[in-house]
Amino acid sequence: MNTNPLHVAQAAILDPAGLSEADLNRVFATFNQTSIDLADIYFQSSRTESWSLEDSIVKTGAYSIEQGFGVRAVSGEQTGFAYSDEITLGALLESARAARAISKSGKSQKAKVWHRHDNPQRLYLPSDPLASLVDTEKIALLHLADKTARAESSYVQQVIPTLSASYEVILIADNEGRLVADVRPLVRMNVSVIVDKGGQRESASFGGGGRFGLDWFTREGRAESYAREAVRQALVNVEAVAAPAGSMDVVLGNGWPGILLHEAVGHGLEGDFNRKGTSAFAGRIGEQVASRGVTVVDDGTLENRRGSLSVDDEGTPTQCTTLIEDGILKGYMQDKLNARLMSAEPTGNGRRQSYSYLPMPRMTNTYMHAGDYAPEEIIASVDKGLYAVSFGGGQVDITSGKFVFSSSEAYLIENGKLGKPVKGATLIGDGPSAMTRISMIGNDLQLDSGVGMCGKAGQSVPVGVGQPTLRINDLTVGGTA
Amino acid sequence: MEERMETGQEATLQTLAERVLEEAKQRGATAVEVNTHSGEGLSVEVRLAEVDTLEYHRDQGMGLTVYYGQKKGHASTADLSEKAVLETVEAACRIAKYTAEDDYAGLADAELMATEFPDLDLYHPWGITADEAIALARTCENAARDYSPLITNADGTGVTTYRGFSVYANTHGFMGTNRGSRHSISCGMVAQEGDSMQRDYWYSTARLSEQLETPEAIGKKAAERTVKRLHGQPVSTTTAPVLYLPQIARSLISHFTSAISGSAQYNKASFFLDALGEKVFPEFVRLYEQPFIPQALGSACFDKEGVALKNKDLVAGGIIQSYLLGSYSARKLGMQSTGNAGGTHNLTLESTGQSLEALLKEMGTGLLVSELIGNSVNGITGDYSRGASGFWVENGEIQYPVEEVTIAGNLKDMYQGIVAIGNDVDYQGSTRTGSILIEAMTIAGK
Repeated sequence: MNTNPLHVAQAAILDPAGLSEADLNRVFATFNQTSIDLADIYFQSSRTESWSLEDSIVKTGAYSIEQGFGVRAVSGEQTGFAYSDEITLGALLESARAARAISKSGKSQKAKVWHRHDNPQRLYLPSDPLASLVDTEKIALLHLADKTARAESSYVQQVIPTLSASYEVILIADNEGRLVADVRPLVRMNVSVIVDKGGQRESASFGGGGRFGLDWFTREGRAESYAREAVRQALVNVEAVAAPAGSMDVVLGNGWPGILLHEAVGHGLEGDFNRKGTSAFAGRIGEQVASRGVTVVDDGTLENRRGSLSVDDEGTPTQCTTLIEDGILKGYMQDKLNARLMSAEPTGNGRRQSYSYLPMPRMTNTYMHAGDYAPEEIIASVDKGLYAVSFGGGQVDITSGKFVFSSSEAYLIENGKLGKPVKGATLIGDGPSAMTRISMIGNDLQLDSGVGMCGKAGQSVPVGVGQPTLRINDLTVGGTA
Repeated sequence: MEERMETGQEATLQTLAERVLEEAKQRGATAVEVNTHSGEGLSVEVRLAEVDTLEYHRDQGMGLTVYYGQKKGHASTADLSEKAVLETVEAACRIAKYTAEDDYAGLADAELMATEFPDLDLYHPWGITADEAIALARTCENAARDYSPLITNADGTGVTTYRGFSVYANTHGFMGTNRGSRHSISCGMVAQEGDSMQRDYWYSTARLSEQLETPEAIGKKAAERTVKRLHGQPVSTTTAPVLYLPQIARSLISHFTSAISGSAQYNKASFFLDALGEKVFPEFVRLYEQPFIPQALGSACFDKEGVALKNKDLVAGGIIQSYLLGSYSARKLGMQSTGNAGGTHNLTLESTGQSLEALLKEMGTGLLVSELIGNSVNGITGDYSRGASGFWVENGEIQYPVEEVTIAGNLKDMYQGIVAIGNDVDYQGSTRTGSILIEAMTIAGK
């Protein structure tokens, strides 16, 4: 197998279209005599396949092809952009002329000598996950999850296991003459269940994934463990009482509840909002924005993780960026455009949903470093409050700093002991001030199981989150009791 | 010239659809359905008077579902080259080999196919150039920035236009074509005073550019909404009436349509399970669907499966009159498709006639909600909890802006607790409603 991403991209994108380096030169020549500071072509060729069961039979199977390119030209703060599903020299030239429209006349540029930049960072194997199992094995995996869930409890009424795999090859050609490629596998498995216990119905789902083959789910009982975990959560929620309403001390479990960081501080530290001065964190580098002991990083370099990338969508290698160190705001996440305008360096956070969207600063894997407390100790410290271990999703208003996240498994804490489970509720807070009310940090850092999806300005990208168990004082819990 | 080019685009999509049906049949498929589409557009965004982005959009795609008896497979592609189209047909056929025999799978029944295609007047391209769009966006943003010195920054003002065609065809011999346009102007502003910083926006969208609100009006409204939010604060935790403004009241209708959707019903995943014929709203509530309103955003002649549409009530006298079914869920429930494969077409919640001012008076003391954030809504139990911002109202008068609170309840109680539906209808979407006043919800705050 050819594992050099540049060779894979050449074979998957340039060769079928009959495009040569001279052709790329012709496209970039469009920007000659213009004021363009930055220009690139993003080529993408991807295949996605998904399967699901319902009522224990294969309900759907779907396959999709997404292929095309986007041409971007940046002059100062202005970006011109055009894209096409058709990878041909004609379409490239036409798109480049359209993208150039924002530029004024400017300096002449030399023809490129293309430099194939062989990025040494390889965080995942460039293999095709669609071919990692044969179709009958994919179906068998779904049936295994279905059977496991149904065997787990007689209250299980419906099981919907889903499996998806995508194989994406990207190639970036930029105005500095660099050619950078990446080959990105991504898989995900999810098990949703509906239980009915004496007429009380509830649902829950659990899953995992990352940048590897589908065979990962067949090992170490993963598919079965997702099924059991979904059933367990649904049965807990059947017994749930109304969630409390009002401000209280909240203990967040480790792993996926790290969605707190993603919403409360992550988005607010993306370069674009800070360059524009519309983030509640704008202009606050060097200030204390969280309790002492709080260190938050965005790390795109973790092997095989869902949020990881060997290079971002502008060809910049990803890195581990410290956002908050011991409570002090250290840095922002940058793409090329915003880094240039803020006189900073790109941090490998320039990401886009596909060729038909412009890149912007996005998170990769965002998590908080561990502290010293045992999780039990943290729960025992709370007189009256909430212990939330699983969440649905979250959202933030960057400008006011207000963020929410929705608990899907939570328990009351009374006198330091766990009480009854409570129904799902929204937790709401103010990002910059909530982070200063983190009063205890656990020693049990964990990353999520690989299911995160983040939406911004209409674009979705896969991300990861993580954190140790945390105590936050005075967070508003949106229940009814 | 323009008209000829468009006819050409439609013909290309129709030819491709026929070709795909033929290719799949040649591979042994007993039934096939296909969708092809193409469209193009332009969007510009201006921020602080400078152009931020100028984007040209051009989309195309094809998706097909093949049936081998009761087994089915689906595949789609954005690449319409010969090679990709054939690969996609092959993939759908391969997948069908592995899906199970499903008694309910198949095309919608042939006798349900639409046979009449009235011209709904949905296609009105906006011949605007990039420079003209930029000028409009600047006018809009200027109106916002001139509104108040408290407007200190901008989130971006955009002008977009899009037009497209789509064709749906199946092996019943049905072929239908949709053509449509959609344009919008949106304006996002930021206001600051002391240590309070807030953003908000306003927008207008329509199929005809002439029907858009003026850029000046949009900018002014965006600025007004933003400034009003400054110095928001939480209220103390309490139970009180809640008034949803029309733009967000729409979400209450979408929770209802999810609950009466076919898949929620057959998966027993609805808080209104088997509730057809049940009275779940007060008697005055009527929710109805009108697919054929000329020039409206949600109008169409047939659904995603070619099924003919008709005017119908979803709720009348507070009673559920119809589920929302496509052919699959209909067969599973032993019913007939309601022409809602792919969703609804122009829903209207009938107003009880009051103005917003009258509704505020009727509420007396409570929360006027202008924005929701987060979505903790349990479709099985109806448990509802969302972040909210808006205004605290006493004696029918707005007192101060509110933020960082949640509103919670159960949708079944909230629907029964609807007190009134305003005449301040928002037409900017395929669901139309005025403000909705709910008797009581739990508001969690400080």
